[in-house]
Amino acid sequence: MRKDIHCTVNGMEREFNVDVRSSLLEMLRGEEHAHSVKKGCEVGECGACTVLIDGRPFVSCIYLAIWAEGKDIMTSEGLVDKNGKLSDIQEAFISEGAVQCGFCTPGFIMSAIPIINADRKYSRDEIKKWIAGNFCRCTGYQKIVDAIEKTQEKRLREKGLLK
Amino acid sequence: MYDVNNIYEAFSIEEAVRLKVEHPDAKIIAGGSDVLIQIREGKLAGVDLISIQMIDELRGVSMLPDGSILIKPLTSFYEVTYNEIIERYLPTLGYAVDQVGGPQIRNIGTIGGNICNGVTSADSAATLKAYDAVLKITGPDGKRTMPYLDFSLGVGKVDLREGEILTGIIVPKESYERTYGHYIKYAMRKAMDIATMSCSANVRLSKDLKTVDRFRIAFGVAAPVPTRAVSAEAAVQGMPVGEALLDTVSKAVLQDLNPRSSWRAGKEFRLQLIKEMARRCTKEAITKAGGKI
Repeated sequence: MRKDIHCTVNGMEREFNVDVRSSLLEMLRGEEHAHSVKKGCEVGECGACTVLIDGRPFVSCIYLAIWAEGKDIMTSEGLVDKNGKLSDIQEAFISEGAVQCGFCTPGFIMSAIPIINADRKYSRDEIKKWIAGNFCRCTGYQKIVDAIEKTQEKRLREKGLLK
Repeated sequence: MYDVNNIYEAFSIEEAVRLKVEHPDAKIIAGGSDVLIQIREGKLAGVDLISIQMIDELRGVSMLPDGSILIKPLTSFYEVTYNEIIERYLPTLGYAVDQVGGPQIRNIGTIGGNICNGVTSADSAATLKAYDAVLKITGPDGKRTMPYLDFSLGVGKVDLREGEILTGIIVPKESYERTYGHYIKYAMRKAMDIATMSCSANVRLSKDLKTVDRFRIAFGVAAPVPTRAVSAEAAVQGMPVGEALLDTVSKAVLQDLNPRSSWRAGKEFRLQLIKEMARRCTKEAITKAGGKI
């Protein structure tokens, strides 16, 4: 059985006709061609397929595509501006050396969005808590925490909330 | 693609009950963080699903006119933890469900799904038992309420009869008023892990903070179902606050519990955990209540 799904992906209103047995991951990769959304473990443990749904991080592998009806979805593609310029968090992952093989990177970045958007500084332990649903087998995590910490400090300074 | 036969979508409680009556073998899916994984593992291959995810009337936390707290079953763990009513009156529950999996799982996993699965390790279960939660259930023959204490029938089995779904979890005012609680999850990792043992205790002290007026303690993974240790509760009723009380709790809980060996931990280790966690959890709850040990 197939069903029409209406949702917003990276700010664009979209309509998809999906098999009701599909995951959101399959809809985003197969129909939207958002290939930053990685297919990893497919049981919600590795976080490589993390996307934002209405601003909160979800693992799209254990989310039915039909549940996306009316939702606002964001993937890493949505962080890049019209001219192809990367966002501050993506640049920070590069400059801090938080990317090695890169497979986990888009998922980590999506998990980091609520942290860097917050109006207060998260401690390194708090950052670790909020990225605990993402696996990285290359970096040892420290540089990922560095990149998130650096970006949140930059954003807080821009808002005048940090000197 | 998930290996499912068909997915029926409900958008109201009535619709969910009707679908469950029409398709008695279909499995209810709320957040899916257990059901979809079981499908991936092949355990539920070819199953029919009834999705209740889109029933918005089953979401949210509110305070009822009599002061009890109503938690609707589709409320996610994240929404429970950061709800103002929970933060103010039931912080122990908010903390307990913040120990589930990782951030993404806490956004999709629901508190109703957590207890309807009937697994002993559910992070919300021990605390809801320790706060004498009452369940609201709707079925083809109407509505009923029952104590959560009697809801667990066995491993993965709960007292939901044909066509019934859980529609509310109520924590009575009597359970949380002037009551202070604590939850400890013992697991190998800080995140993305299932409890090896869990303990939730809460206490109400006398006005002078010297004796125990009311005490509740419950465990997960200490028996086939989440279990309240009623012998221990009775044993310390009216006891003065002190080390002797902690000794009594730590010994008495063993009468109510029956842990087993599994690949996570042996029975002997679990018995040791039970004794030590009962002591620490009780001590912490008493300290929060203002008692001095």
